[in-house]
Amino acid sequence: MAHDVPAGTGDLYLDLVEAIGEDRVTAGGGARHLYSRDSSIIEGGHSGPVCFPDSTSQVSACVRVALAHGRDFVPRGAGTGLSGGAVPCNDPVVIATTRMNRILEVDQERRIAWVEPGVVNLDLTRHLVGTGLHFAPDPSSQQACTIGGNLANNSGGPHCLAYGVTSAHVAAIEVVLPDASVVTLGAEVGDGVGYDLRGAFVGGEGTLGIATRIAVRLTPDPPVVRTLLLDFGSIVDAAETVTGIIAAGIVPAALEMMDQKVIVAVEQFVNAGYPLEAAAVLIVELDGLPGGVEREVEIVETVAAQNSVGEVRVAADDAERDLIWKGRKNAFGAIAHIKPGYYLHDTVVPRTRLAEVVAKVNEAVERHDLIVMNVFHAGDGNLHPLLVFDPREPGTMERVHAAGEEIVRISLEAGGVLSGEHGIGLEKRGFMPLLYSPDDLAAQGSLRAAFDPLGHANPFKVLPTGASCGDVMGLAEVPEGVWV
Amino acid sequence: MQSFASEVGPSGPVCVVGGETRWGLGGESSAGTRTVRAPSGVESFDPSEMTVAVWAGTRLEELAAALMESRQEVALTGPSGSTVGGSLAVGWNSTRSLRVGAARDALLQAECVGAGGMVFKAGGPTVKNVSGYELCRLLVGSLGTLGLIGRVILRTRPLPERSLWLSGNLSPVEVSRFCYRPSSILWDGSSTHVCLEGYGTDVDAEATVLRDHGMLEIAGPPDLPPNRDRWTGVLPEGAILDVPLGVVHLGASVNPPDVDPGVRAIGERMKSNFDPDGRLNPGRDPYLVPA
Ligand SMILES: Cc1cc2nc3c(=O)[nH]c(=O)nc-3n(C[C@H](O)[C@H](O)[C@H](O)COP(=O)(O)OP(=O)(O)OC[C@H]3O[C@@H](n4cnc5c(N)ncnc54)[C@H](O)[C@@H]3O)c2cc1C
Repeated sequence: MAHDVPAGTGDLYLDLVEAIGEDRVTAGGGARHLYSRDSSIIEGGHSGPVCFPDSTSQVSACVRVALAHGRDFVPRGAGTGLSGGAVPCNDPVVIATTRMNRILEVDQERRIAWVEPGVVNLDLTRHLVGTGLHFAPDPSSQQACTIGGNLANNSGGPHCLAYGVTSAHVAAIEVVLPDASVVTLGAEVGDGVGYDLRGAFVGGEGTLGIATRIAVRLTPDPPVVRTLLLDFGSIVDAAETVTGIIAAGIVPAALEMMDQKVIVAVEQFVNAGYPLEAAAVLIVELDGLPGGVEREVEIVETVAAQNSVGEVRVAADDAERDLIWKGRKNAFGAIAHIKPGYYLHDTVVPRTRLAEVVAKVNEAVERHDLIVMNVFHAGDGNLHPLLVFDPREPGTMERVHAAGEEIVRISLEAGGVLSGEHGIGLEKRGFMPLLYSPDDLAAQGSLRAAFDPLGHANPFKVLPTGASCGDVMGLAEVPEGVWV
Repeated sequence: MQSFASEVGPSGPVCVVGGETRWGLGGESSAGTRTVRAPSGVESFDPSEMTVAVWAGTRLEELAAALMESRQEVALTGPSGSTVGGSLAVGWNSTRSLRVGAARDALLQAECVGAGGMVFKAGGPTVKNVSGYELCRLLVGSLGTLGLIGRVILRTRPLPERSLWLSGNLSPVEVSRFCYRPSSILWDGSSTHVCLEGYGTDVDAEATVLRDHGMLEIAGPPDLPPNRDRWTGVLPEGAILDVPLGVVHLGASVNPPDVDPGVRAIGERMKSNFDPDGRLNPGRDPYLVPA
């Protein structure tokens, strides 16, 4: 394989091979191409050698070799990230956790599982079937994404509305720090000693070190689950229903919205029985003990009726419930059939302003002559406008980026934030000054530098710096010092 | 915020006083340190958003009363007289954490005065947010050593329709088997105290099961001894274990555990990056708090 190694990197490659073995390092053009991107629209990444360590000490060895060669390193899970977090800039050593996919221990009594970072989210869920426990974060990408990636992006999912995003489900993390040393952050017991470095590490997007073992908290399966599908003649009515449900003091397990374009696309794909003529549907899931669930179903029905709901379908059994969710969870797959390219955006707005913001977003995207569809976590105000297009048509990507920037501005003007679950990565680092002042950003920089004083861990991501990420194209860069 | 920032100023040792309910925690304030107080008052409460904007000097009782009007609450706790800022700076979780969540997950946005006297903001106003680093979580439990919290936005939760405490000889594990998600499970070495909360019919149904196993209703949680330690598997005489948190409440004060030097080093860099001259809450060290 060594003959494939790009000019000037032979020593680095050989040192990595010496450190972790020949079958665990690849530097060929094919692999480097494969690892040059994630699932975002960001093109133009350049990776150096790609490593597949299978233990903490091998991860540490990879970092040590990278540092000795003055190279940066980039942690990588399944590459399903949507903000460019795993996109390599300037030929770093890519450290993929693919081989670290063991579930090490499940302690049912204490409701903790220790897993390696490359464990696929859904594999953990499957492993836990029959224990009465589950891992609550369920990103729509759960068939592919890893627990390490979930932790690094502090990922969410439909059921994070009631149960909280990944951070709430991580007790302790073993980390290879950017200087190659190994520490454990957090603990299985206690409220924590010293600074909450576990809490700071989660959401660090691979810039604070590499998680190598993770203690996740497990949640008891609810005794009763009711899944409702509500259809509405307008997005405004659906959004008002969301507001009304929360105002009634109910935090459903999940509260998702899909607009008509998504409904039509999904229905063709999965035959879930979605009402094709509805302008929007809500999936509301209520869980817990029987009395409360029945009461909440009644309240949701009342609130929906006040907002001109059409049909209210309550899943009669698990099969029907699975069918309703199958449509939601396959929405992206369904839409990918419409046009070759898609850009899944992610912002959060106050949930009381959903209707107004969705209308503005749709108007803005359509003005840029693009198709927009909405399928999102309505219950926590987390918008996911999905832009579909054909990137081969000249001028399209410029319009996609312009529309993306407008979505950010509309969301921030409504009192929202840049990202609810996909993270900042490369995609939105240029927008950070729209949300944060220079002093705010300096504080974030202080946190990062405490973990990585030398700046070799996944550089260029999250915080806007003057430096550019190699040839990465088409990213919005907001002029320095501009903020609102 | 600006007037709080000017009170803090750009130089000289300064510490922020809350309700002085846990003043000695993490070390005594160094002599000669100027004291300031964060502003107080509930700024705006939006029940249909389930968030509240509040000044850090506000007493928890005052906040609770404001939220009660819409039957909501926050996850923060502290002895009577504690303030929002103090409760966040200490960062201890509620004994009802299984219902209300962790204190650090309640803090959505914080505006702080940094060591240079400038105001910096962490987090954002929405209930979900991954825009940049998790500064809010870092601030919770930092004893005011990284920034002085002035104003925050907190997540609120609906209050339960019914709360019921029961006590008896079932083990904590058995209680977990009989109850879906009790709000609290405390264990004193022989009896388990459990808090059931939620809709009336559900609480009654689970309580009936527990009563059938010999548990009896009690007025409220047992008094918790003043000191804390992390659970290591042995319960000292008179101590009470918060089972889900793994926190032991005990009478005697205990030494903090040894911290891995590698972890400690990150903490030290954190402190010096945020506060190079060590002017914020000098004398306080979050690594001196045992659990
Ligand atoms: C169709 C689709 C649907 C999606 N739905 C959701 C959703 O519902 N909710 C949601 O939150 N996200 C969603 N995502 C985004 C994505 O799946 C998540 O961000 C996921 O957690 C990324 O995991 P990954 O293993 O693919 O990580 P990667 O993409 O490989 O990496 C993501 C980031 O994590 C870092 N990283 C990875 N592993 C480690 C580690 N062990 N230690 C330190 N850093 C590490 C990388 O450097 C990078 O910055 C979706 C993506 C797709 C394509």
